[in-house]
Amino acid sequence: MAHGSTALSKEYIEVAPSSPGQEKGSLTRIVQKMVFTVDHKVLGLMYIGSGLFFFVIAGIMAALIRIQLAVPNNHFLEPDVFNRFFTMHGTAMVFIVGMPIIFGFANYLVPIMIGARDMAYPRMNAFGFWMFFFSGFLLYASYFAGPGLYNAGSAPDVGWFAYSPLTSRAFSRGHSSDYWTLALFSGGIGSIATAINLIVTTVSLRCKGMTLGRMPLFVWTFLVVAFLVIIAMPPLAACQIMLLLDRYLGAAFFDTQNGGSAILWQHFFWIFGHPEVYILILPGFAIMNEIVPVFSRKPIFGYPIMVAANLMIAFISLGVWAHHMFTVGMSSVGNAFFAITTMLVAVPTGIKIFNWLGTMHGGKIRLELPMLFCIMFLFQFLIAGLTGIMLAVAPFDWQLSDSYFVVAHFHYVLIGGLLFTIFAGIYYWYPKAFGRMLDNKLGHLHFWLFTIGFHVTFFPQHISGFLGMPRRYYTYDAGRGWDLWNLISTIGVLFQALGVFFFVLNLVWSYWKGRKAGDDPWDAWTLEWATTSPPPDYNFEHLPVVHSRRPLWDLKHPDDPDWKYE
Amino acid sequence: MAGTFSGARADEPLRPIANMFDPLSKPAEMIHDASIITLIICAIIFLIVTGMLVYVTVKYRSRGEIDERKEPPQIYGSSQIELAWTVIPIIITVVLILITTRTIGEIQDHPVPKDAVHIRVIGHQWWWEIHYQKPGAKPDEWVTDFTIANEIHVPVNKHTEITLESADVLHSFWVAQLNGKTDLIPGLKNHTWIEPRATGVFFGNCAEYCGTQHANMQLKVVVQTQADYDAWVLAQKTPPPAPTTAEAIAGKKVFYANSCVNCHKVDGTPAAGVFGPDLTHLATRLTIGAGIAKNNEDSLRTWMHDPATLKPGVLMPNMQLTDKEVDEVVAYLMTLK
Repeated sequence: MAHGSTALSKEYIEVAPSSPGQEKGSLTRIVQKMVFTVDHKVLGLMYIGSGLFFFVIAGIMAALIRIQLAVPNNHFLEPDVFNRFFTMHGTAMVFIVGMPIIFGFANYLVPIMIGARDMAYPRMNAFGFWMFFFSGFLLYASYFAGPGLYNAGSAPDVGWFAYSPLTSRAFSRGHSSDYWTLALFSGGIGSIATAINLIVTTVSLRCKGMTLGRMPLFVWTFLVVAFLVIIAMPPLAACQIMLLLDRYLGAAFFDTQNGGSAILWQHFFWIFGHPEVYILILPGFAIMNEIVPVFSRKPIFGYPIMVAANLMIAFISLGVWAHHMFTVGMSSVGNAFFAITTMLVAVPTGIKIFNWLGTMHGGKIRLELPMLFCIMFLFQFLIAGLTGIMLAVAPFDWQLSDSYFVVAHFHYVLIGGLLFTIFAGIYYWYPKAFGRMLDNKLGHLHFWLFTIGFHVTFFPQHISGFLGMPRRYYTYDAGRGWDLWNLISTIGVLFQALGVFFFVLNLVWSYWKGRKAGDDPWDAWTLEWATTSPPPDYNFEHLPVVHSRRPLWDLKHPDDPDWKYE
Repeated sequence: MAGTFSGARADEPLRPIANMFDPLSKPAEMIHDASIITLIICAIIFLIVTGMLVYVTVKYRSRGEIDERKEPPQIYGSSQIELAWTVIPIIITVVLILITTRTIGEIQDHPVPKDAVHIRVIGHQWWWEIHYQKPGAKPDEWVTDFTIANEIHVPVNKHTEITLESADVLHSFWVAQLNGKTDLIPGLKNHTWIEPRATGVFFGNCAEYCGTQHANMQLKVVVQTQADYDAWVLAQKTPPPAPTTAEAIAGKKVFYANSCVNCHKVDGTPAAGVFGPDLTHLATRLTIGAGIAKNNEDSLRTWMHDPATLKPGVLMPNMQLTDKEVDEVVAYLMTLK
């Protein structure tokens, strides 16, 4: 499939010579390169690599949680240990798994896709990575440092959204809540730095001919994500500072016994937290927007409306936060307002799903691994979207909120949606980053085991939610109708774990033994495929000039180029 | 679950499955109606879109070797089609918005009838304190008639107005067959209501994470006929009889000689603590420790030895009683009827 790539590279760039320091060297050299690098590609891979590392740790915690819940009245985990696990699992998956992995994709791909040599601020880019990396270890350090001088507490056990007043010093002794606060606070600084960098890069460093209207949808989506990060992170930082003031300087923002408000925290947190959901899922859309067209052999259906849908989703997502709070006793007008805004999200989201289907319609769909993950994404994200609509019906939410149905819903969003596209993206771009294809057999094992395991684990949780099982329960009595669904759910974990095992094995094995990929293994159309695999430090010897949204299509089909139709 | 569960309550069926699609109370039925319409709409969308996905995937999958010279026709979009799949979701959304806003108003702004039973539920880590309003008192001027813990009794087919408060952190009141959940928030008074259609013992749970024993902050709602309910109210307002056996009398002594009375209340005695559950009619309750164990002598004995063996993290300390003292206290507690 690597047809024509040599001709292409000659057209676009001279074959890049390898630069000094690139040759395989000693461990010191590798470590030095990682520590001192400001190369967006190396940083991108470090983001994804460390995100996957934390993913495995937080995944093991999830498996232990499921073992505890496999049977009623289980004594596998103590309640406090369980509560720390679900807190750390949730916190880690959102802040030190999801965020770094999506930033890793952005870092690696945005500059290459817009024909730039690096991010606009390479040093700030490294700063952003190291802030995140530090915050990840700070969070886990709570396990041994959290007890502090009082010798109370350990890792945070207040849930990933850390509702006040459970985080006040009266109810959260020791330093576990401080580790949660400071870890996410410092990680947030890194996220904001990276978001600013992404915006400046996208606005200023596009190559000649790449107007905003010709920018790959991937880049467009990340531009929107970056703006959301800048808007969403500061409220989180603000309430975390307020919490620290409460805990150590006697402020009473959230201290209800001193006139503070327990609800205030929820508003602050979800003003951050709901856009955060879109910060995490929009990159999934970004990956879909690249892979679905290439494997359907057609351009994306309705490019302008896809851009508009992104902007609409981002805009609406800033006004829906209190749908996490339908049970706090808002007025009927307040509840109705947030129910309506939430349902409006369904419109642009629906447009996206239909446009992906429109892209596939009439194409020649190659069912290779990246595309398989994307097709499963469509199916699973559809379920997640529909359960989201159910949760938006506020009266229905009064029943479903804080039940296992919600757990099922957001795992369908974040695993069925985000993680599946991350896998798709890794299968798609691994050849670009390492010059070798991921193994197909291991990949299929990974795909089938993980897909089956995912549904077996999370589908039954919809039902235990319907049967009234609240979330965050370390144990439950037999005879409430929950036993069977929990057991099935736990069995699914085994399949997921095996799937992840084959995935990691594939990543490692293919690095040395994988089939050589060539520059353009998928016969794709965006600029990253116009340079070598892996790309040289400077990406392109000569900066490319583009005339359409699919510059490589134009080169491969000079008789029928895209710019004639756009 | 029989235990000391006596009198008229033996007739009331246990309803441990908190199935939200089997509502037995007016607001839960209203939620149920809106939920069913939503589920049907979502199911139809699911079938249509999944059908489209399967259709395009099967029909347009490329078979055999890939010939890159034969790319499919390049279609860039279609304004008409895109307009169609923008307008149709908008119409569906409007329908859902109408259903939702109507149901919100009907449930939240439902008037409180004059003959409603008024109760206050106060969440604690990890148990429920329940106050009954004195009949005839104005709803906005609270006058407590009597208090109980972890078990609510209400008459069937009658509106019970529930005020929700919290003494410490957030909790959430959820008895799925009776109504959706409403949070208990320190510093605020929330309201919910139920109007049960059938008698029975409904199982409820705390639904907002509240710390170590969040999972064992259970609640029972006993729905009774009006006559049974009136009899129960009368019994609750009568202080328990003085212990008669020697062991129970000794147990009472141990109870008052230790610091039990600082936290617990027994009507008609000097015990007037407010930090722990009211024990006035402890022996009539279904469970102890907010649902951690059936209420019988064995579990009470285990609890008195060290509450944390049953409920790790519980705020009640181990009182370091001897075996003999434990037996005596249990004998005394069993007289609290």
